[in-house]
Amino acid sequence: MTAVPEALDQRFRDAAVAAGLLDVSYDIADTPVGPLLVAVSELGLCRISYDPEPDRQVEELARTFGSRILRAPRPLDPVKRELDEYFEGRRHEFDLPVDLRGRSDFSRLVLEQLARVPYGEVTTYGSLAARSGRPKAARAVGTVMNRNPIPIVLPCHRVVGSTGSLVGYGGGLERKRLLLDLEHAPV
Amino acid sequence: MMEAVSIPPFERFYEEHRTAVFGHLVRLLGRQRAEDAFQETFLRALRGYPALRHGRHLKAWVFTIATRVAVDESRRDHPQTTITEEQTGEPERPAYAQLEHLADELPDKERTAVVLRYGYDLPYDQIADALDSSEDAARQAASSGVRRLRRRLT
Repeated sequence: MTAVPEALDQRFRDAAVAAGLLDVSYDIADTPVGPLLVAVSELGLCRISYDPEPDRQVEELARTFGSRILRAPRPLDPVKRELDEYFEGRRHEFDLPVDLRGRSDFSRLVLEQLARVPYGEVTTYGSLAARSGRPKAARAVGTVMNRNPIPIVLPCHRVVGSTGSLVGYGGGLERKRLLLDLEHAPV
Repeated sequence: MMEAVSIPPFERFYEEHRTAVFGHLVRLLGRQRAEDAFQETFLRALRGYPALRHGRHLKAWVFTIATRVAVDESRRDHPQTTITEEQTGEPERPAYAQLEHLADELPDKERTAVVLRYGYDLPYDQIADALDSSEDAARQAASSGVRRLRRRLT
């Protein structure tokens, strides 16, 4: 077997990006909350995942955005840079377009409202439901948070129970605590 | 009815076949030129990927692309001598375009075997590689493909 030289492999991945042939590029980013799978489409950031098993995510991304998905680091550079700045406490807002294709209208609405919750502050599921025009849908908002495709950038860690308890987090409560501590949030 | 085989994400397809494709190109073109052909092969595969209707015989598919790229490379560098001629000394073979058109309606395995054997003169061990089968099975696929084509033409 003639192994493909690493430089050649990299050159192909870069060429695929440069030729605009990919539906999605992804890479793994090392962060204080563990390795994250990060993915962008031509429209913007489309996934941040705590899932340690990239294969599963890649399958799901292909179903939603198209099968031409490749691990190609270069398009993820801005995402990794902003995440680094965030974890160093130097960035309070992300300047990254997001791609929410594949989400229901309600999910998008809720996620758009979620994006407005400022750094270092918290809100409740009920309040987010009200802001999304469905004040009684706190439970449905909980489900949207649980399935948030772009955690951290869409800050579902800033949503807590009405009593101030952390309730839950797709990436585990330990990570939610860590993110809120990083932001010096009052919980 | 044959079971539908879904098309894998490109990353998985690439991971699965890149080593074999590179080896195939090194055999056809030598190490140096294989590198350019490798990139071009997978770029062409990416372009064609959305048009795939199922995930069967993807190795055969990408080997066919690789072989075509190798022939193009070889023609570009040596317009007077193509791989086909170099390897067999039989410049009278039918043009690939004709053959591909004729073979279009053959079952996948037979089409690949016919195209690689008679279009590109690949030896059966390399066709077997592309088909993930034994040399005997590759030989058989090529000959039953040709028989089928003959029946259609008469």
